[in-house]
Amino acid sequence: MENLLRRLPLLVAVLGLLLFLAVPPFLPRWTLFLLTLAWAKAMAVVGIVLLLRGGLVTFGHALFYAVGAYAAGFASKGLGVRDALALVALGVVAGAGMAALLGAFLARYREVYFALLNLAFSMVLYALLLKFYWVTGGTDGLRFPSPTLAGVTPSPPFLRLAHYYFTLGLGVLGLYGAYRFITSPLGYTLRAVRDNEVRVEYMGGSVWRAVYSAYIFAGALGALGGVLAGMAVGHLVPELAYWTQSGEFVFVALLGGTGSMLAPVAGSIVFEFVRNYAFKFSPYTWQMTLGFVLLFIILFLPGGLWSLSEPVARRWAKWALSWRQGP
Amino acid sequence: MGAVLETGALTKFFGMVRAVEDLEVQIQEGELVGIVGPNGSGKTTFLNLVTGYVKPDRGWVRYRGRDITGLPPRAVVELGIARSFQMPQLYAGLTVLENLLLALAIRAGKGGEFWSPLAQESRVQEALHILQQFGLEAYSHLGVSQLPEGGRKLLDVALSFARRPQVLLMDEPTSGVSVKDKFAIMDTLVRVLKGSQVTTVFVEHDMEVVQRYAQRVLVFNDGKVVADGPPDALFADPSVRRAILGRD
Amino acid sequence: MQLLTVIGFDGTVLASWLFLVAAGLTFTYGVLRILNVAHGSLYALGAYMGAFLVLQYFRTGSIPLLAYLLLLAGALFIGLTAGPFIERVCLRWVYKREEVVQLLVTFAVFLILEDVIKLAWGVKPILADKPYSLLGQVTLMGINYTWYQFLLIGIALGAGALLWLVVNRTRLGKVVIAVVNDREVSAALGVNVPRVYTVAFVIGALFAALGGAFTAPMIALVPGVGVEVIVLAFAVVAIGGMGSVQGAVLGSLLVGLARATAIHLFPELDLFAIYLIMALVLLFRPQGLFGAVQVRRI
Repeated sequence: MENLLRRLPLLVAVLGLLLFLAVPPFLPRWTLFLLTLAWAKAMAVVGIVLLLRGGLVTFGHALFYAVGAYAAGFASKGLGVRDALALVALGVVAGAGMAALLGAFLARYREVYFALLNLAFSMVLYALLLKFYWVTGGTDGLRFPSPTLAGVTPSPPFLRLAHYYFTLGLGVLGLYGAYRFITSPLGYTLRAVRDNEVRVEYMGGSVWRAVYSAYIFAGALGALGGVLAGMAVGHLVPELAYWTQSGEFVFVALLGGTGSMLAPVAGSIVFEFVRNYAFKFSPYTWQMTLGFVLLFIILFLPGGLWSLSEPVARRWAKWALSWRQGP
Repeated sequence: MGAVLETGALTKFFGMVRAVEDLEVQIQEGELVGIVGPNGSGKTTFLNLVTGYVKPDRGWVRYRGRDITGLPPRAVVELGIARSFQMPQLYAGLTVLENLLLALAIRAGKGGEFWSPLAQESRVQEALHILQQFGLEAYSHLGVSQLPEGGRKLLDVALSFARRPQVLLMDEPTSGVSVKDKFAIMDTLVRVLKGSQVTTVFVEHDMEVVQRYAQRVLVFNDGKVVADGPPDALFADPSVRRAILGRD
Repeated sequence: MQLLTVIGFDGTVLASWLFLVAAGLTFTYGVLRILNVAHGSLYALGAYMGAFLVLQYFRTGSIPLLAYLLLLAGALFIGLTAGPFIERVCLRWVYKREEVVQLLVTFAVFLILEDVIKLAWGVKPILADKPYSLLGQVTLMGINYTWYQFLLIGIALGAGALLWLVVNRTRLGKVVIAVVNDREVSAALGVNVPRVYTVAFVIGALFAALGGAFTAPMIALVPGVGVEVIVLAFAVVAIGGMGSVQGAVLGSLLVGLARATAIHLFPELDLFAIYLIMALVLLFRPQGLFGAVQVRRI
């Protein structure tokens, strides 16, 4: 049974992937859109979780989300780039580049200062996006024309589906990359930094390098999320960089849990759907609902929704094995 | 014969407080040296200065003739001097085995790698071997918090030992450990370290431990070395006893 | 020359507003070590309550002076009810947890209060501008000012002076300073630390509500006011040094003058003058202008 449990994350991942591949063609358009958006945003949340593993919280991750989205948007509108993969590559490079620039300074900071500095820079970007409206479209926003994939523009009935599978594919890639990172020596150094920075230095490890690498990777993931979300929505607004967007990413990170790289996807999906339906149901209480959910998680379920997976899995495994042993 | 580790004129003040002043220490290759002295005599500051956690106001530190004064801990460790702590500095979020695997990965220069997993076969084997030497193998897959205090101390030293240092400085390896475990722990530590020919310096408050294991003892008092010699002769000296115990 | 005066005055008005908004936040942080995101909601609640009372009053009453007292009353009401409630009911559970967790709890409270405001007062803009317009304008040296702006400066000065008096000249103040310096020792000496926490939090809430109440007559009040205020307050607090009220004074002046300069000379930069200053200060002096550095010993 222990063996089964040890394999559990892999089982869930495979099962989940199958579901994510097979079910969507049968989903209604709006649901498909929400799912696509959830997967896109999950990338930014994975970036947050990565940094959380290093003990760092950022209140400005929307910076990279917006950088990715707008970089792709400018490339699409200004340079006429249409290919989806090219746009993603541009967005991710822009995000990683920004992270490399900022991270060089920020990697030395911790705790509230790290969080606030990230906040400051994200608000600077927000102000820029708002003020330079002749470039960015200001509050009206920037339209993001539908990209092509390998020269092909999917016809309208399949457009949403194409967006979805494209996002899913890159999302899975992002998750895998994060998984490889966190199980590598650099990833473990990052986790060690959270526990005991002094010890890392005394082991000959570089705290700065671990934090800096994680920051760049997280920035790239944030930008990836931004590009994918921008493509899904088709319209970019300065609010992509606003602090409430950063807050949402942190919220989802906690909602899903930080115990696994799969958790952000679960958290993101739950969040998008709950928010959508809670808002429809009662526009004046959905924020309150989020607030109560956050309180509940902080007080009673600090590991997020994912921490429920082990007890649930145990029960399921017991039940499954009891069948094998016969009546 | 050149000393493997030596300091001269080493001075550090914390504000008005004199931690060490004009400290002169020479450690020879392969020695097992104990450092004793009352609280506040500068023992931990000495370790901090040598390993670069703190920069001296004046003076120098040399390792195999090379000046290492003021180098940060990471550089000092890379040159071959490792250090363990009075309060064990471990990674609470990782298992015992993972703690050691990380130490080994960093030593191999793989600390910055992000494309290969930490838990590679050869590395795991080496880690388990080290845990065996320290008697911690049974705790491999447990969290650090599940170690008894003695185990935590041993793991702390094991992490430093995993670096294959030439010199190991231990800060009170048996403090906070129950009386019956003290000697068991020191036996293990000395056996492993002597077996690998690591020059060992340990700060200790327990005179029995020092007397039993140290070949040579340095007595610190008020930021200076006031006595230096083999333990039995040293502890028989009344002025030394006065310095350490406050009476004859 | 005239431009300098205008910038100086506008900057001072902005600084007064920022001080009212930020002083409470930094004070609360200094004592409880919690960065209270719900500070923005307390500001908004103060604004709505003040506006509400004023609008109700002007239906029937006509003594103008009472309007200002009502604004004050609204602020006091919010500070003295919402303040203790939030601290006792929500924050008390997480005092032992990490700073970031505590901050996220305040973020949750903020989300909840945002909707409470919508449920209580709706989403349509509320204009309670009588107290502002009643005071009228005055022209000094060829520049137009409104008396209300002077009132705002006066309130900021008054509140700041009151806080200074309480902290430095009363027994309560000394107890607060003791708790700030070392809560464990204070508790060991018999100080009722939980009660000090509540008092400190309420003081912060009062400042926030005061800022909100007296800003309400100057703007069209909509539910989103708290959202923008909180990030500005964060910026000023970070610049001044977290926990330092003198830092909040200096920080507000710095930001207020910078923003006024930007508004008059470089309008594109006005929004991000504050965040740029915040980023620069934190990069070169992470603890802020008056903040304390923390060292780790092994």
